[in-house]
Amino acid sequence: MKTRIFVTLKNGVLDPQGKAIHHAIEGLGFSGVHDVRAGRLIEIDHEPGVSKADLESMCTKLLANMVIENFEIEQA
Amino acid sequence: MRAAVIQFPGSNCDRDMAVAIRNITGTETTLVWHGAGELPDGLDLIAIPGGFSYGDYLRSGAMAARSPVMHAVIKAAERGVPVLGVCNGFQILTEAGLLPGALMRNAGIRFVCRTVGLTVENNRSVFTSGYSAGEQVRIPVAHHDGNYFADTETLDRLEGEGRVAFRYAENVNGSARNIAGLLNAAGNVLGMMPHPERMIEAVHGGSDGRRLFEGLVRQIA
Repeated sequence: MKTRIFVTLKNGVLDPQGKAIHHAIEGLGFSGVHDVRAGRLIEIDHEPGVSKADLESMCTKLLANMVIENFEIEQA
Repeated sequence: MRAAVIQFPGSNCDRDMAVAIRNITGTETTLVWHGAGELPDGLDLIAIPGGFSYGDYLRSGAMAARSPVMHAVIKAAERGVPVLGVCNGFQILTEAGLLPGALMRNAGIRFVCRTVGLTVENNRSVFTSGYSAGEQVRIPVAHHDGNYFADTETLDRLEGEGRVAFRYAENVNGSARNIAGLLNAAGNVLGMMPHPERMIEAVHGGSDGRRLFEGLVRQIA
């Protein structure tokens, strides 16, 4: 069973990487892009018995830094 | 005085830190591998060195903060043993929850590697007693993720409690309130991005970092 975990920066936390990507997109000639925020996708292949609570615990203990990041769990 | 320097896979300032402690304090320094479940007995100082532990995978310091030796470091910190984290060591201390906030990618994206001016904000800790409050010192930085972040409420509290040890004289990386070094509530844990161990003798271009270790040995001895 596969679960996808999206880790994103919280609103209001400056994202220099996103800003640089935005700048590069504009440099390629694309217009109309308002903002870019970069995050991280983590795919976990696991036994069906691994609970949502366990996955949440993995996120809060390691995968996301709750000071600056949020996470979303997407189960297939 | 007994000191230990923790080594993680990817640490690269561990030997410099051990040499600085040994030369300045005259004590033998034990290097402790990250897989160790226990620390040597009777430590007076634990140093977490700079580098790129675990290749900065996931987030700088994130993997190292969860390694076996850190359980022992956290316990020692709770008992009041002085813990000094420099650069990646500071990142590891925030990831381990020993210090609040987080160290993010530098605001200017670039890796910053140069000697910077710092203002000593608090000289009442075991780490900063070798300096005068308000004094300017010069110590090098070398980091990509030194942009200190905490929410406004936390920052106000940290400032109110005098927990900012060092501030950048100019903002080199986007750090909130120019924070370069931060103490825990009890004052026995210091995390700082600048490298005092790289500024301990004339050949380094100055010796302002030396006084951190000199102050430390006077406080501990």
